[in-house]
This record gives sequence, C-alpha cells and structure tokens, in this order.
Amino acid sequence: MTERQLANSQLGFLDYDPAPESATIARLQPSYGLFIDGKFTDPAGHEQFASENPANESVLATVAQASVDDVDRAVASARRAYTKVWSKTTGTERAKYLYRIARIIQERARELAVVETLDNGKPIRESRDVDIPLAAAHFFYYAGWADKLDHAGFGADPRPLGVAGQIIPWNFPLLMAAWKLAPALAAGNTCVLKPAETTPLSALVLAEILQQAELPDGVVNIVTGDGATGAALVAHPDVDKIAFTGSTEVGRLIQRSVATGDKRLTLELGGKGANIVFDDAPIDEMIEGIIDGIFFNQGHVCCAGSRLLVQETVADEVLRRLVRRVEQLRVGDPIDKNTDVGAINSAAQLARIQELSAFGESEGATRYTSSCVLPEKGYWFAPTVFADVAQSHRIARDEIFGPVLSVLTFRTPEEAVAKANNTNYGLACGVWSEKGSRTLWVAERLRAGVIWANTYNRFDPTSPFGGMRESGFGREGGRHGLEAYLNV
Amino acid sequence: MSTPLRLVGAQDRNVRIPLASSVPAVENEAQLRALLASLSGVDAVGAEARAAKLATRSIKKSTKLTVLDLAISMVDLTTLEGADTPGRVTSLCTKAMRPDPRDPTVPSVAAVCVYPDLVAHARSVLGDSSVAVASVATSFPSGRASLKVKLLDVAEAVAAGADEIDMVIDRGAFLSGRIGQVFDEIVAVTEACGDAHLKVILETGELVTYDNVRRASWIAMLGGADFIKTSTGKVTVSATTPTALVMLEAVRDFAETTGRVVGVKVAGGIRTSKDAIRYLVLVNETVGATWLSAELFRFGASSLLNDLLMQRLKQRRGAYVRSDEFSGD
Repeated sequence: MTERQLANSQLGFLDYDPAPESATIARLQPSYGLFIDGKFTDPAGHEQFASENPANESVLATVAQASVDDVDRAVASARRAYTKVWSKTTGTERAKYLYRIARIIQERARELAVVETLDNGKPIRESRDVDIPLAAAHFFYYAGWADKLDHAGFGADPRPLGVAGQIIPWNFPLLMAAWKLAPALAAGNTCVLKPAETTPLSALVLAEILQQAELPDGVVNIVTGDGATGAALVAHPDVDKIAFTGSTEVGRLIQRSVATGDKRLTLELGGKGANIVFDDAPIDEMIEGIIDGIFFNQGHVCCAGSRLLVQETVADEVLRRLVRRVEQLRVGDPIDKNTDVGAINSAAQLARIQELSAFGESEGATRYTSSCVLPEKGYWFAPTVFADVAQSHRIARDEIFGPVLSVLTFRTPEEAVAKANNTNYGLACGVWSEKGSRTLWVAERLRAGVIWANTYNRFDPTSPFGGMRESGFGREGGRHGLEAYLNV
Repeated sequence: MSTPLRLVGAQDRNVRIPLASSVPAVENEAQLRALLASLSGVDAVGAEARAAKLATRSIKKSTKLTVLDLAISMVDLTTLEGADTPGRVTSLCTKAMRPDPRDPTVPSVAAVCVYPDLVAHARSVLGDSSVAVASVATSFPSGRASLKVKLLDVAEAVAAGADEIDMVIDRGAFLSGRIGQVFDEIVAVTEACGDAHLKVILETGELVTYDNVRRASWIAMLGGADFIKTSTGKVTVSATTPTALVMLEAVRDFAETTGRVVGVKVAGGIRTSKDAIRYLVLVNETVGATWLSAELFRFGASSLLNDLLMQRLKQRRGAYVRSDEFSGD
C-alpha cells in the first residue's frame, strides 16, 4: 500500500516541555501515628512501615502499623463518641461539620492532589480534576442529607447503625474515604477507617482536616496498617457494620468472617466491565470513551471497561483508531500536568499485570503495546491492547486491574449482551450507540450495577454505585447510599 | 506456539495520508446526501468533554515560546468594519509585516484579511512581503445574494490581487436541506478563485449542532476548499474549542480517505494567547504536528496579535510589559 507518513514537525505529537506541579506543597510529615480520639498517637509507639512513591520508589513517609490493641482502642473511641456525642447531635449539627470538611477539602485541594499523586502514582491531572473535587462533592452532597433523613424513603426518623468499620482500597484513596465517611457521618454513625497499606497518606491529611473542622473527638478514627489491621477491624465484636471496597478475594474472606455475627456488610469488589460498541456509535467520542474506560487511573478502577465488545462490521476501523490513540497517550511522571497515564501503584500489582498479560500472548491474542519510553525507576506498564481475544482467554475473564484492554467482537445485540454477561462480575458496563432504543434494550439486559451510555467512568455523588454477583452488594452514592448506614 | 506481539510504533500516531488522491466525485445531491449520512455522528457531551480536557494541557518554557511564535505566524490580521479606510488598512498591513518593530525575530503574520474593495490597497502596501492578502467575499457575512453576485464579488477580489478568498456558505440552504446548492456554490467559487486559496466559512454558530458542523465540513472539503473556517465573527457564537475539534477530526478523516490535506481556520472571539495555545494543543493532539503550520492552520483575529506579542516578551523578560508597549493596530 502506498502511503505517505506525514513527518512530525519540531513540536512533534508528544513533545511538551515538562510542566511539573510542585511536590513540596504536599507538606508531608516524616512519620505518622494513628488518628484515634481526635488526636494523632506518637509514631514512636508503633511499628512503622514505609509508604513509597511508586513513580520513583522513594519513601514519602512512614506510617504506623496498627495492632489488634490499637484497633480496639480506635473502636472504643468510636463507640464512646457515638454514645456520648454523635448520636445526640441533630442532623443540622452533623451537616455543619460535613459542610466544613467539604470546604476545607476544597481549600486544601492542591495539597491533597499532590499527596494523592505522590502516594498513588496517578497523574496529577486526575487527582486535581477528578479525585479531590469528587471527594469534596461527596461531603457536600451528604451534608445536604444529614437533616433530611426523614425524606430519604426509609420512613420517619431512621436510626444509625452505630460504629462502622470501613476498609478502603488504594486506587482512589481520598475519594474512597469520602465515599465511606460522608454517608456514614450524615446518617449519624461513627467510623473507624482503614486506608490501604500502599496509600495511607491522603487519609492522614484528611485526619488533619477533621481536626481543623473541629469534628468531635472519636467520631472518625483512622488506623493504618496491612491486612492484619483490616482483619482485626472486621473481627472486632463492637463494630456494627463493615463496609469494604477492594478485591473479590478479600471480600469473600470478610463475608465468611462476618457471617456468624450480626454485623451489617456492604462489599464493593472487582469487575470486568464490558464496553459495548455498536456500528453507529459516535466514533471519535467512543474512542475517547474506550481510552477513559481502561486507561483512566492506569486501569486501577474496579469498574474499568477492560473488555471492549465491538460490532464486527466496524472492528477493524475501531482497532486502527484505538491503537493510534493509545500511541498518543503521554505515559510518565505523574506529577507532570500533561501526563495521561502514571505509575502502577505497587510492585505486587505490576507483577500481577505482567503475569496476566503474558497469558494474553501465550493464549494467542494479538498484542499492541505503546512504544512510549518508560522511566527506569518505579513501577510502570505501557498501555496495552489485546485484539483477537476469545471469551475463554484469561485476559477476557480475570480482572487485570491495569492498563490492559481486551478486544472482542460480536455480530448482534443478543450476542453482545450474552458476551457482556458471561462473567462472574457485575459492576459496570458501557453502551455506545446513537440509537437510544437499542441502548435501552441492551441496558435492560445487562447484569451490572452501573450502565453508562455514550460515556464511561463518570461519577457523581448523586448517583448510586455498586455491583451484583462477585462485584459485591450495597450501593454507595445517592439516596441509596444512606441505606448502608441506617438501621432500616 | 509463536507469540504474535506487535509493538505500536511512532508511525501509528501519525495521520496516514494515501498517496493516490481520490476525492470522490459528487455527481448529484442524492450521492452527496448518502455520503454525509455515512459519517459518524458527534456526541456533544463527549466532544465538549474532550475539548475541555485538552484545555488543561500546560504549555511551558521552550514549548511555549515555540507555540507563541507559531501562533503569530498563523494570524490572519483582520479588519472587517463598515468604517474601514485605506489609512486603517495601511496601518494593519504595516503591523502584519513587522508585528514588533523593535524585534526582527518576531515572525510576520500569515495574512491580512479585508473587504474586497480594500484588497488593491492592501496589496499595494504589502508589496512582495510574505504576508498574503485575504479577502472575504460572496456577500460576506450573510451570503444572501444570487450566485452571480457572489461570483462577481470573488472575481473582483481576485483581480484586485487577493491571494486568499474567505467565502461564506449559504446557511439558509444548508438548514433547509438544499445541500446540493451549498455544494454547487462552493464548486463554483473554487473555480472563480483560480490560483487563490479558498477558505470556506461554515458559520458554525448558525449551524448550531456538531453533526451539522461535521457535515458542512465535508461538503466544503468535497467542493474544493483549501481551508474550512469556523465563523465570520459577525454572529453571537463564534469559534469554540469543541467546534474546532469536530472540524479537525473532519479534516483528518478527509485526508485519510481522500489523500487531500485541508487546513482549518478558527475565527471570532480569540483574544488571548491562552485561547490560541488551547487551539494549537487541539491541533497537535487531533491531527498532529503537520497541521502546526500557517499552511494548514490560521487564526482569524485582530486583538490576539498584541496579546501574543506581550506573552512572548513576558516569556523572554520574565515580567509583563505595559499594553501600550505595542501599537494599537
């Protein structure tokens, strides 16, 4: 085929001078204690572990490994605060604190964005434009509900549950803390929050914000640590409710552990979201949607559109445009404002992505990997697309939780629905078509908690989010999100 | 078992333009209609989100200096007022050739853009400088005249020395579905232009939907446009970044399917360097760096030039200078 490749001019396609956000505004302490009863404990009193910057493997700070006794003290503090203070405050009072927290998050947004990017490896553009504004939005939204619980659809004067134990993942550290804390506090519960082992720092900055907001002591306690800390929290007899976001594997363990008691439980687990593309989809926006669906946050998104189902008639064209777009993604220093794809959060996660991607090749899929140059230090994985993927391939079934997309094809809407539903998960799906009736037909038949039409990975505090089957149960966000924290 | 591994290469990021030129011959309105119907729709929410996302790009240091100079070289310095006089056009042309007389490294702008009756005067002032004379024609800005009058308008401007003609499409015909008429007019004006370059103004503010913008872009390109241009600057809504995005996508797809490379001009309401840089980022990340040249991208503007000069000086000196440092026009 005769083709003319248009040469890049001096500016090139991918060549902007570095535009780094200032890392110093993070103002991190060298080491952190636990946040119990409104105060930070002495870091020296705990075994410490390091939280590193996955983009360059440098240590950002050390944090405390909370022991079983520490968890017990945190739960006791939450119980005390619940009985003596929080259960007696009015909805209007609780709203006042939540509004305050939301406003301080906005005021300290830049600092929080930098902390999040340093600790997690996600691009500053995302922490600045998505994570932090959405975290503030969740507090604002649930502040509005605090004095209107009578009208939330659960009858008059719905009661809180008591002490909530909340375990959150490393992919959206501050945002997940907001998703958990805001509805719990609005409904009148007190909390013990356990951030993820690899990303505890923004939650500790949030603890400072809670102090700044003068939230009564003990209403929120934050205990850092590894899986053992989480297990201690789950097993604690005085916790009334466990809310967990994380892997399906750990979710199973938690469900088994609480099965014998009377703790309430909500789980938000993994996913293998299908992005379904019909031949009449708006092609340019659809390509962007596929990119956002899988490469947003390096694919560390439980609802990521990690399976692309394309109608066969347009498969070649979609793949051609998709591969071109993947090659344009700017991969590199997360603190650079022009970075599109940042670092993989940890060595362990990188190993898992590499292992599963290797299956893609050995099982016969065609691999397209961006030719971007990856930094030498840190944990990196170049954006990758697998074409010619079959339903039986592991990369079509297992959650990779990384920047890896599997492309499959279908012929009819029925086949698209069947393939999309042929998974153990059921968190999110996307449908791309200009024909509204078909979009609705498909959406009605998809077994997933969230369906996006002509968009993907859009989040809003007013909209309930959650899954079915192995993606968990319970809803976060919206009026529905209150139910998980009310005795109804 | 062999592993089919294919790294995506740098070549994949380029827009691929086939050598064999094959702009489809449009013989009747039905054929044109079918061709437009085959175009993908535009999702307004998605297009606006994409444009907004690209607007957050942070252009610094040497890239910024390069981009500012590039933007200066892409300006069609424009005056389209009833009150235009030869004196004002002289002053504009002088500025166009040497935007900052104290600094010879500042490039000249691409063109001056005037009404047809001032073309001869602009031509005489610009002489053999690199600055082109562009003229609006075809009963600018409304386009409400007979084809005969429009063609005469074009012919006179070309005869007076215009290098570039900025025509307007018949929006009334487009919106009432007479797309054959819109196409035929563009073809006729292309012929009347002779060697002069043709920019086709879609007046996107009157077409309103992005689907219309995409279709009108294709009609103009099929009709022979060298450039497609957003706006006259005479209606409330002028150039916007999502509109420019849709037009750049049209230009890219047209080049890939026909082998013909068409330029884009954004006009109306672009006053600051920040705006200009946003458009250039859109160009860079939609069609690629090849379009980052005055041959293929233009700004129709007047006050933009001084802001570009001011930012340029600020980048070099590290501090802002007074706006009176630069001539008003």
